[in-house]
Amino acid sequence: MLRHLLFGAVAAVGFYLLTSSLSAFNNFRVGEIALYAIALAGLSLLTGTNGQISLGQGAFMAVGAYTLGVLMTHTHWPLVVDVLAAILLSGALGVVVGMPATRLKGPYLAGMTLILALALPRIADKYTAFFGGDQGLTVTAPTPPGTIDPQRWLTWIELAGAVIVMILLANLTRSRFGRSFRAVRDDEIAAGLSGIHVARTKVLAFTVAASCAGLAGAFLGLSIGVVNTGEFSLSLSIYLLAGMVLGGAGSLVGAWWGAIVIVFMPGWSNSIANSFNLGSAVAANLSLVIFGLVLIVVIMVVPMGIQGGISWLAGRALSLVRGMGQPRESRAPPDIATTPDITTGGG
Amino acid sequence: MNKDRHTKREPRHVGRRRIGVVTVVLVTGLLAAACSSNSSSSTTTTAGSGSSSNNGGATAPGVTATSITIGATTPLTGPAAPGYSEIAAASNAVFKWVNATGGVNGRQINYIVKDDAYNPVNTVTLTRQLVQQNNIFADVGSLGTPTQLAVEPFLNSNKVPQLFVESGCNCWSQSNSPWTFGWQTNYTVEGKILGQYIKQNFAGQKVGYLYQADEFGQDFIKGLDQELPATTVVSRQNYDAATLAGPMSNQIAALKAAGAQVVALATVPAATALALLPAASIGYKPQWVASNVGSDPPTVGALLKSFSQGAAGSTLLDGMVSDAYAPPEANTTNPWIQAIQKVLTKYDPGAPLDGNTEYGVALGYTFIQALQKAGPNLTRAGIVSAIESSGSKFVTPGLVPLTYSNSVHFGYSGAQIVTINGGAATTSGPVYTSTINGPIKVFTGSTTPPPAALLNLS
Repeated sequence: MLRHLLFGAVAAVGFYLLTSSLSAFNNFRVGEIALYAIALAGLSLLTGTNGQISLGQGAFMAVGAYTLGVLMTHTHWPLVVDVLAAILLSGALGVVVGMPATRLKGPYLAGMTLILALALPRIADKYTAFFGGDQGLTVTAPTPPGTIDPQRWLTWIELAGAVIVMILLANLTRSRFGRSFRAVRDDEIAAGLSGIHVARTKVLAFTVAASCAGLAGAFLGLSIGVVNTGEFSLSLSIYLLAGMVLGGAGSLVGAWWGAIVIVFMPGWSNSIANSFNLGSAVAANLSLVIFGLVLIVVIMVVPMGIQGGISWLAGRALSLVRGMGQPRESRAPPDIATTPDITTGGG
Repeated sequence: MNKDRHTKREPRHVGRRRIGVVTVVLVTGLLAAACSSNSSSSTTTTAGSGSSSNNGGATAPGVTATSITIGATTPLTGPAAPGYSEIAAASNAVFKWVNATGGVNGRQINYIVKDDAYNPVNTVTLTRQLVQQNNIFADVGSLGTPTQLAVEPFLNSNKVPQLFVESGCNCWSQSNSPWTFGWQTNYTVEGKILGQYIKQNFAGQKVGYLYQADEFGQDFIKGLDQELPATTVVSRQNYDAATLAGPMSNQIAALKAAGAQVVALATVPAATALALLPAASIGYKPQWVASNVGSDPPTVGALLKSFSQGAAGSTLLDGMVSDAYAPPEANTTNPWIQAIQKVLTKYDPGAPLDGNTEYGVALGYTFIQALQKAGPNLTRAGIVSAIESSGSKFVTPGLVPLTYSNSVHFGYSGAQIVTINGGAATTSGPVYTSTINGPIKVFTGSTTPPPAALLNLS
């Protein structure tokens, strides 16, 4: 849709101005935010819009990253081909995993995808000659044209990828498919009676989410410069799910909030932990506790996540300005299942 | 828009149920993640004042007329943290001592230590932060094979010295990483020296392996295999460091079933404890031969006690054979051990004297000598060439000298056999040196005594 393209263009200009003013390290972090936003947007579509809980998003990121790593090691194809291959392969795996997933729900589906997150990286451990074992596979970041700083160039590529993904997902969720996703999430039987192919819809959501993860994984490999199993631990998948919930399930803007939380939260919680002047062993573990506390507080206060909270506040402010009474239902922040339509502009 | 949404509203309980499921999944997941502990966090320890103005004394990034800022990433939390978390603080004790005596060429050393929880993703971010934000002169004393491998390309392409990596991987002496230097004896060399000992002293006995399924374990058994006839190795068990959570009963049972009379361990301290405990409980008493990495008696003894809730202790280590490249800490008549104890007492109070703190002090003191050798006009290239030209003459507690040169970036390259009894390791036999593919030689040189300044510390 034109509106989404326009919004993407505005975002691109904004990102250009932002990255030009930042230091190399902060550009690296902006790049990280972009790639996590891609992974979270996919997960958000799967869980928030389609109602399937997945702990396997990190595993799909591993597939994308290893695809890029293997192709870079053994071929000399252009980067864009490697990245497309990463998206396609993880998307294909998404189809394979999505099919049995149509028969599972809630915690059972989470359990199945949990196994995926645990088992997939072990394959790379098993075949060390091909996947590089602990050392992993070295990935070279693209050489920028002219005198552009290499870190800034990579961040631009990651941001461009993120903007494209956001436009595509925004259009997808506004389309017939998006309505099917939500219909299946809300009531599978009713959706089936309305002529929606429930299983196919679920597999499609899985595929889209996995493709997003594949792209994010490829970008993670480029950012770090090396692909190894340590990067794709179980905690990555957990952090993704937590980031998605914190940001706001089912919202594309929420994906960005979640990405910001994932990138900056460890540092924030750590400086809070350190401010108590405790021993290093206690302080270091305290940061995890703080992360958990923030998660609990956000879920209790605004179940719709940061983006949901912001939209609710904005909505209240707007109606106060208009001097209209609040409808009874809007007194509390909406629940996760009453997710508003996904929009690039937020609520 | 708003009205639209209200019409789409669904019964609230559906939402409650879904958020409930997500919460349960998240809580379970967070718990699981906490057990494998991959938290990312950092702590900062600074020895010096750090408040120095940027004036004419700046010769390189992180260097001013009055200060040198260096950094490290190391596990302070997570499965690799027990024991290893003591190392950086012990190195910092040396820096505090040097700062108190006026610094190196008038420059105080600031040591920024960040916790990567042994997770390479954290290492990458934190190392970039150290280089690009904290503006460190060099990365000094960072720990781990997978973690440091992840930042080796970044540090080398930015020409940041990666000094004294705390790992014995074969990967620190490569021509494409001229800014990287390893520290401890190569795992393959360790494996060869212990393999030779098994061959000479337990000839004809059945040997089993228990190793960490990564470069550390594989490099180590590569060394063992060079020495031991393949027919005597009856069982090869391994474990995954990332999922190590409880006693390794299965592996121990398999070793017992295979009739292994000698069990060679390539394990981190926690894994050594988790191997010895189930063996003790099923009454399996092979001759243990452990890598230096996982045999420090105070560290493993404390872990044995804590894992068994006090039921077991360092007595389980009695009779274990291992190797050492520095004098065992129990050897209190050794002047180096006395000097290290003095530094720790004064500048890292409360820290135990064990293999980890000894390691940290030795590494810190080596860096001081490199700084001194690089001279007042300190540059990154200058310190690298100082280590290459003079590193083999640096004074360290090591039983063998450091082997740094233009072509070799490995630190120690040898070890002596130790036997553990009563919670203390005692050296015996000759000191051996070797290289990955070369023969094992008896070292005939002498060790270097600690500097008087360190000995006279009060």
